[in-house]
Amino acid sequence: MRRETIRVQLQGDDSIARFENVGLRYGLGPEVLQDVSFSLPASSFHFLVGDSGAGKSSLLRLMYLALKPSRGLISLFGRDIQTTPRRDLPAVRRQIGVVFQEFRLLNHLSTFDNVALPLRVAGVKEADVTRHVVELLEWVGLKDHLKARPPTLSGGQQQRVSIARAVIARPKILLADEPTGNVDDRMALRLMHLFEELNRLGTTIVIATHNMALVERLGRPAMRISDGRLSVIPGTRGGEPKRESRESPPSRAAVPKPPRPAAGGAATDEADPPGIENFL
Amino acid sequence: MFNVKRSDLPLDKDAHSRFLPWLIAFMVFLAVLAFGGILVLGATAAKWDQGVGGTLTVQIAATDDPTRDQRNLQEVLNLLASTGDIERYQVIDEARMLRLLEPWIGAGAKVGDLPLPKLIDVGIAQGGKLSIDALRARLAKAVPEAAVDDHRVWLNRLVRLIQTVELIATAILAFIAFATIGTVVFTTRTGLSVHKEAIEVLHLIGAQDSYIAGQFAGRAMLLGLKGGLIGLTLGLPALIGVGYLAGRLKGSALPEVSFGILEWCMIAAIPLAVSALAMSTARITVLRSLARMP
Ligand SMILES: Nc1ncnc2c1ncn2[C@@H]1O[C@H](COP(=O)(O)OP(=O)(O)O)[C@@H](O)[C@H]1O
Ligand SMILES: [Mg+2]
Repeated sequence: MRRETIRVQLQGDDSIARFENVGLRYGLGPEVLQDVSFSLPASSFHFLVGDSGAGKSSLLRLMYLALKPSRGLISLFGRDIQTTPRRDLPAVRRQIGVVFQEFRLLNHLSTFDNVALPLRVAGVKEADVTRHVVELLEWVGLKDHLKARPPTLSGGQQQRVSIARAVIARPKILLADEPTGNVDDRMALRLMHLFEELNRLGTTIVIATHNMALVERLGRPAMRISDGRLSVIPGTRGGEPKRESRESPPSRAAVPKPPRPAAGGAATDEADPPGIENFL
Repeated sequence: MFNVKRSDLPLDKDAHSRFLPWLIAFMVFLAVLAFGGILVLGATAAKWDQGVGGTLTVQIAATDDPTRDQRNLQEVLNLLASTGDIERYQVIDEARMLRLLEPWIGAGAKVGDLPLPKLIDVGIAQGGKLSIDALRARLAKAVPEAAVDDHRVWLNRLVRLIQTVELIATAILAFIAFATIGTVVFTTRTGLSVHKEAIEVLHLIGAQDSYIAGQFAGRAMLLGLKGGLIGLTLGLPALIGVGYLAGRLKGSALPEVSFGILEWCMIAAIPLAVSALAMSTARITVLRSLARMP
């Protein structure tokens, strides 16, 4: 039953990420991942579940190109990664937003500079950088902390900075590794609604978590890793929410439209939205 | 509100960033002296190579026949007179020659006691095209007793000595360049490992290798320039001081050599060259190290 689901998904054409028989081992150790095959359609929303040490972070690392698979094929945005020349990989990475488990904010940089990093790396003009970053930080409720360094922020605030950095360049896919790992349930649910909001705007989302209660509550499909193998748990709300989907839970009716994060410095002329802190 | 000239890596706070300029300053100080030395020696050797102050000596050996000696002398003088590019010539009188020989033959010698050769001091016009070998051949043909001494043997030894010293100075310069490269490679590698985490984050959010390398290269260029200017500031007075002391050794065999605009420009360019060297070294070091990341 589950295998069939996977095969059906493999045939999808608008696949954002596709794994075929991927295996991963660290050094000479055992295979942490074995024969992992899946395909994520554009604008889909998946959880990635499994016990601690099952290989969730490893799978995400393969997806954000921090690791090369020991075997198998990975293609992102229709591109075979193994045959992509190294100098073309940064352009692929810019389409991927990552919320690292430990945030990995640069402690010597201000909140503003941390969030600005993906735009600067992509060569966006400084005037546009300033506008987009201030707008987004306002939206995640951190406009009073533009100059603060990450170590002076609370865990929840750092979480939001790292999410802002992940989405500022408007990636096609967002990968979040245990983003609710060190926040309380209330905050976890708020963050989930933020990800759903981004997904509604078209971003493909993969969230690694071991919080099964949260997964069940959101009713999204999940990929489950155990013993190095992947299986799919279908969601109760439909696995592939389309971008145009008008269906939204009542709690989101009051949610302001987030600013369109910067895409190559494109101008956005939307009025200042109320802060997300009302929402979070 | 936000500074434009910023760096994503806190390289300016690294401890090694603080000692690098001083190391480079020391290197540049040595380089200025070595390079100044090379320029002086090169100019000196070139001048000497053209003949010391453009002089040579014609010597006519004495024979048993005084009339023949007289005729030989007249013939040589005629020949010199008809040769172009000769500024002046003067027969050294015998009384003066005896004075010069006093240490060897004693004070009592009189003209006529010894068969003294005739010596003619010849001044060659500056920039003239006189071929000394041709002059020697013509003299030998006309007067077999005449010989030309253009101080070649003595000069060749001096020029060779100068060239050796020059070679050593060049080697010192090369050593300085290697030491600078080594220092920059070391500090860059230290920086790479200190900022490993930040570099990995930059890499994962899509920074090109050249973007990361540019941050290190820009930093190395600034530090190199700073060190280079300190080194030049210390090296110039030292160089001028050495030049002043050498100038006071008047009457020595050292020909007068002074730097022109070109030479001063070359010396002033040393900090720029070192800065460029530091920049490209840092860049290459970072690119090589990043090539190992997936
Ligand atoms: N850098 C590494 N080197 C060696 N083994 C690793 C490394 N990272 C993870 N592992 C191993 O791979 C397995 C999966 O780890 P991980 O992907 O972090 O699991 P999860 O994120 O699901 O907790 C674990 O057994 C872990 O010990
Ligand atoms: Mg993990």
